[in-house]
Amino acid sequence: MTRSTRILRARWGVSLGLIVLLEVACRTGLVPPLAVLPPSEMAAAMVELLTTEEVLANVAATFSTVAVAFLGAVLIGFAVGVALHGIPRLRRAIDPLLASYYSVPIFVFYPLLVALFGLGALPLIAIGFLAALPAMLIATLLGLDRVPPVLRRVARMHRLGPARTAALVILPAALPNLFQGIKLSLAYAFIGVIAGEFILSGGGLGYAIAYAYESFDNRTMYGLMLFVLLSAVVSNTLLSAWESRLQRRRGRG
Amino acid sequence: MTETAAHAVLRGVTRVYPGASQVHALGPIDLDIAKGEFFSVVGPSGCGKSTLLDVLAGLNPPSAGTIVFEGKPVAGSVPDGVGVVFQEDASFPWLTVRDNVAFGLRRLGMDAAEIARRVDYAVGFMGLADFAGAYPAQLSGGMRQRVCIARTLVLQPRLILLDEPFGALDQQTRLLMGDELLRLWRETGATVLLITHALDEAAMLSDRVGVMSSRPGRFIDLVETGWPRDRDSRIVSDAAFGAVTARLWSSLRTESMKAIGRG
Ligand SMILES: Nc1ncnc2c1ncn2[C@@H]1O[C@H](COP(=O)(O)OP(=O)(O)O)[C@@H](O)[C@H]1O
Ligand SMILES: [Mg+2]
Repeated sequence: MTRSTRILRARWGVSLGLIVLLEVACRTGLVPPLAVLPPSEMAAAMVELLTTEEVLANVAATFSTVAVAFLGAVLIGFAVGVALHGIPRLRRAIDPLLASYYSVPIFVFYPLLVALFGLGALPLIAIGFLAALPAMLIATLLGLDRVPPVLRRVARMHRLGPARTAALVILPAALPNLFQGIKLSLAYAFIGVIAGEFILSGGGLGYAIAYAYESFDNRTMYGLMLFVLLSAVVSNTLLSAWESRLQRRRGRG
Repeated sequence: MTETAAHAVLRGVTRVYPGASQVHALGPIDLDIAKGEFFSVVGPSGCGKSTLLDVLAGLNPPSAGTIVFEGKPVAGSVPDGVGVVFQEDASFPWLTVRDNVAFGLRRLGMDAAEIARRVDYAVGFMGLADFAGAYPAQLSGGMRQRVCIARTLVLQPRLILLDEPFGALDQQTRLLMGDELLRLWRETGATVLLITHALDEAAMLSDRVGVMSSRPGRFIDLVETGWPRDRDSRIVSDAAFGAVTARLWSSLRTESMKAIGRG
């Protein structure tokens, strides 16, 4: 058994253990059943909910909003990162802003976004995008910084032009960092959108959870919460699997 | 060395790194390298050896002076026919050994069978046949350097510039790699410029050795070895080898002391 499969088993073991513990605590009344549903009930509620049209519509709304915010942040974050890397003076001016970006609670601007974009998906996309953009931008800058200068010289020795140098040397060399940026962007976009729906929205999973909470509908609330949790874990696991395949291809798996 | 057969000609070549500190790294250098010559450069560290290679390869412009390769001035880009092996590890970590070596040939749009033939040959030549499918991260530093040498060799350059290529190797492997380099040089008829910090390596491999002063690097001695073309590492037991090495050291000793601040 390799080290990584051992770690994987330990991780699953711990997660399962915690779930079983919670289940037992709920069933024995150690935790008041009105406050927390036993995990088995949560799962049952989630499965039921996912068959209702209303919930499926909310899932579709949230996922498509996250997808747009995420893809936009990755593409624009990458493009701005590349441009900023090419203009060191502008970058020096902007670097401190980037560094302190995540200390600003961007949600305070949500009312402003609503005023600007109305109450549809647009302000949600904006908040997901704004949450995810700097992660991709910073990762792009870092990735480009870390390309060893000698590789650019190798490209020149092979008489490659700028486009082929970028595609064949710079991009692959920066890929591990870009991947970090992509993973973080997805997480931030997801957090931004769900939280936005929570605060001020008429649809989506965040809204549905808030609504269930306000109407004391614990079963719906926990079922949806479990679904959000699983969605985040699954998407992150998929990206990580893709990433580690990439790393293995570099012989560093 | 005959004047007519000069492969690369440097006249008054100087390099000052621009910027606030204005480091005068090299020159002025006047040098003719003959076609098919094996020329080595030795000198204290930081004296401008890598700078000389960069300028000669067209990777950096000289601040003053001219460089002519095969009758054409070198300006702004690496001329066709020049291959470089850099001092740093320059292998591509995302490509296997085979794909690293094939990199340049694929860019030239050569057909797959010819690429495979040349790559297999170069990979075997460098003793990497068992590692053709491995990634650089799975290799030692010395093996990665051999990958880079192979990647340059497959291009069949007419002028090969190598910057301390065996720096990461132990002494025995260095001697053997030196033999391989000599074999390659004989087989291809290429002109070789080898930068090394090992005097015995320079003495054993070269037709001629240029000894550089401490920074800004200039040639303070040019030593002709007079070795036959079919030499190999066994020449180290020749009495003349000792004489050549001794001469290199006596030229270099004062400069090396300057470089460590005892000049
Ligand atoms: N890009 C650069 N900018 C400024 N100074 C440099 C640069 N590259 C090298 N130098 C300086 O030029 C001198 C010669 O460097 P180099 O050619 O690498 O020496 P060597 O290869 O002989 O050790 C050194 O003092 C080094 O610090
Ligand atoms: Mg050097």
